[in-house]
Parts: sequence; structure tokens; C-alpha cells
Amino acid sequence: MKILPHIVIVDYGVGNLWSLSKALAQFADVEITEERQRIEKADAIILPGVGTFKAGMEGLAVRGLTEAIKERARAGVPVLGICLGAQLLLERGHEFGEQDGLGLIKGEVVQLPAMPPGVTMPVIGWQEVVPTQQPGAAALFAGITNPFFYFVHSYMFVPKEESVLAKTTYGGYQYAAALGEKNIFGVQFHPEKSGQAGLKLLENFIRSIKQ
Amino acid sequence: MRVIARLDIKGPNVVKTVRTEGLRVVGTPKDLSERYYAEGADELVYMDIVASLYQRNLDFEQLKSVSENVFIPLTAGGGIRSLHDIGMALRSGADKIAINTYAIKDPEFIRKAAEVYGPQCIVLSVEAKKTGEGKWEALTDGGRERTGIDALEWIRRGISLGAGEILLTSIDADGTRKGYDLDLIKEVTSFSSVPVIAHGGAGTPADMVEAARAGVEAVCASSLFHYSLASFNQVKGALTEAKYPVRTI
Repeated sequence: MKILPHIVIVDYGVGNLWSLSKALAQFADVEITEERQRIEKADAIILPGVGTFKAGMEGLAVRGLTEAIKERARAGVPVLGICLGAQLLLERGHEFGEQDGLGLIKGEVVQLPAMPPGVTMPVIGWQEVVPTQQPGAAALFAGITNPFFYFVHSYMFVPKEESVLAKTTYGGYQYAAALGEKNIFGVQFHPEKSGQAGLKLLENFIRSIKQ
Repeated sequence: MRVIARLDIKGPNVVKTVRTEGLRVVGTPKDLSERYYAEGADELVYMDIVASLYQRNLDFEQLKSVSENVFIPLTAGGGIRSLHDIGMALRSGADKIAINTYAIKDPEFIRKAAEVYGPQCIVLSVEAKKTGEGKWEALTDGGRERTGIDALEWIRRGISLGAGEILLTSIDADGTRKGYDLDLIKEVTSFSSVPVIAHGGAGTPADMVEAARAGVEAVCASSLFHYSLASFNQVKGALTEAKYPVRTI
């Protein structure tokens, strides 16, 4: 019998971890933890999150997890950030003041631009996601025939163009929906709330883990 | 356009009320939510319709069992009256929290909840009853209690306090299957800066297209799906034909 990869969901005080753990449990041995030692032993790290950039970084800092996550990511352990967790991968955020992020991906997190009249904010809903030609995009989105994903956000990550693995459009404005560099991935949408497409993306991420 | 199925929960069952009076059991929360997920619902609303009246909490264990195999957004509501309740519901699989009765008693609760969990998490559930031409009153406790509060003013205030979405139920239309209260919807969408979900009265896919034309970002129904009056595919087909983009599965 194949041993499932052991992945940790970092619990730093924000987000719906129940749905995420149930979604991942279909493909992996999942542990929710806020302990540095557990994170250091994992085959892959999931950084979830809902909330503000500042609260997210503080949530990591207060648990003493900031350096551990950076170290593991730089050592090549696969990391997937989801929504706020993906934004934290970048160098800086601007929500409630400027704040340093984990700095694993070059770029910043900024507010979505003002939308035309009648286009509501925050972004809440299903959007079609189009993978780019960058390396890593094809593997992350492999086998997803109807690439609709569920987004809830008002800030967005802006990495370098070569790190953008997928794009989406809201109110006529196109922006990055997924990013990746080597072993580090981030998605602005919620795969654990995006039906079969989301489950497939999580499965693709887990399949990329080399034990 | 999002297509949402609503489950009204009483104890172990999903029930359907007609104008908050007659009450019929239509299934279990777990069976129906898994069925609607598989059939293409974009989102679910899980509403305990008696929790507020009896001052009970949501059944968080039931909510967990409902959400464990359902990987679409879930809004939970009924009897929510503290930040702790919200935290518990979010840890049980909910993504958004619908608040009505307690918000009317303590409007500041909306602001506090939005500050902690973000506006995108806080859905203002409004049960509107028509009282005259262009006038609606906001009701509480599952449409049982009058408040004397003007529903449109209340929605404006709720948005300014931080509600990220409006779940707009017409108590008059609910359960009639004769279509949404389009006048009410048009009034609210004319000023709302946040998404509005139409609820109450949908009997056909055409009713949902009408709500879309009236400016909502999501349509919600219960009877329509409970009694298989139309499938999610049929609803989405009608919306697509009317040029409202929908998610396909």
C-alpha cells in the first residue's frame, strides 16, 4: 500500500480549516497544527487563511512560525498558500498599513483597483481561471476541464509576470489567480470550496510532492 | 450569477414553510446538501429556522456532517449572537455567517463581526414584509416577529456597518412559487454596494432570470430544488440564455 504524503495545514488562527482538511484528506494524511516541530516534519505545508494581511503575519509571528515556514520552503518542501495564505508568500502587504510578508515570492499585495459602477466589492463568487504558459501551470491545472473557482477577496497578489500561473478577470480587470516558483505555490481562490475543479487542483499539488 | 440552494433546518430535518406557517419535512440536511452539491449548486445556505426563537445555538456537529463532503461555499445562520458563535460555525465548515435577529437587537454586532472576520464573511439576512407601496418592514425570528424597522433603511445601515452581502428574503413571496418580489429587489439593488442574493418565491428558472435582470448577483431557492421543479442545469441554462454568466460543472 502506498503511504500517503503527510501534509500540515498551518493553524494560525484564521480560516475555515474544517473544509480544507476534509478536501485534502482525500489525497493525503492531513494534520492541522500550530506547532513549529510538526511543521518541520511535514512533506508539504498548506498555508490557509481568511482575514487581513496584518492579522495573518501577526498570527504566524505570535506562534513563532514565520522563520520555520521560510526555512522549510527554502529547503524545497512544497508549500501551497490559499487566499490570504498565498498573499503572505509575497514580500509586502498594504492592508491596514504596510507590512512585511514571508518574502518567498517577489512582489506585493495591493487592493484591487476601483471597479466600474455596478461592480460590487469585495469579489465574492465563481470566476473562470485561465492557466498561463509558465512552467508549473500545466501541472497544477492538469485535468481540470471546467476551470471555475470560488473567490472571496478585495486584495490581490502582484508577483513578477514569470511567477503567474493563472489569471482571472473581474469587472473587466485581469489579475493573477495563481502563482508559483519551484516548490512554492499560491492561489487566490479557495480550492476547498471550488467543487471538483478545486479538489483536482489540490490533488495535483499533492501529486507534485516527492517523498 | 450564482445559484444557491437554501436548507431551512429544524432539528434533524430540512423543512419547508409556507409564509412561515405550514411546515413540511423534505429530507435530511446531509442528504440534501450532498445532492445539491453533486447536481451543480454554486453555494448552500444552511439556516436553523428556530434557533433564534428558542435562543439556541446552531447544531455545530450537524453543520460539520453537512459540510464534510460538500466543497462549495456554505452560509450558516440561525441564532448567531456572539463572535464565539461565528468562530464555531466557521470551524464547522461555514464560510459565511448570516445574521438577522441579533443584528437588529444590536447593530454594532455587525461592525464587530466584520472587523474580526472580514465583511466578506458577514451576510445580513433580511426578512422583508411589504407594508405599503414601496415600503417593507424588517422581521426577525424567522419572519415571526415585527420590528417596526424600515427594511430598506436597515439594509443601508447594515452595509455601512460592514455587512458584505445581503440575503434578501421576501416574506410575502416565500413559499408561493409565484416569483420573487421584484419591486423589493430593484429597490435594494439600486443602492447596494455589496452583492444581493434574491430569496423567496422562485417557482421557475424564468423567475430567476427576472431577479438577475433586477440586479442581483445570486439567486436562492428552496422549494424549487426540494420539489425538483427545476434542476440546477435548467436554471443555469435559462440564465446563460439570458446572457448571465454561470459556472458550469
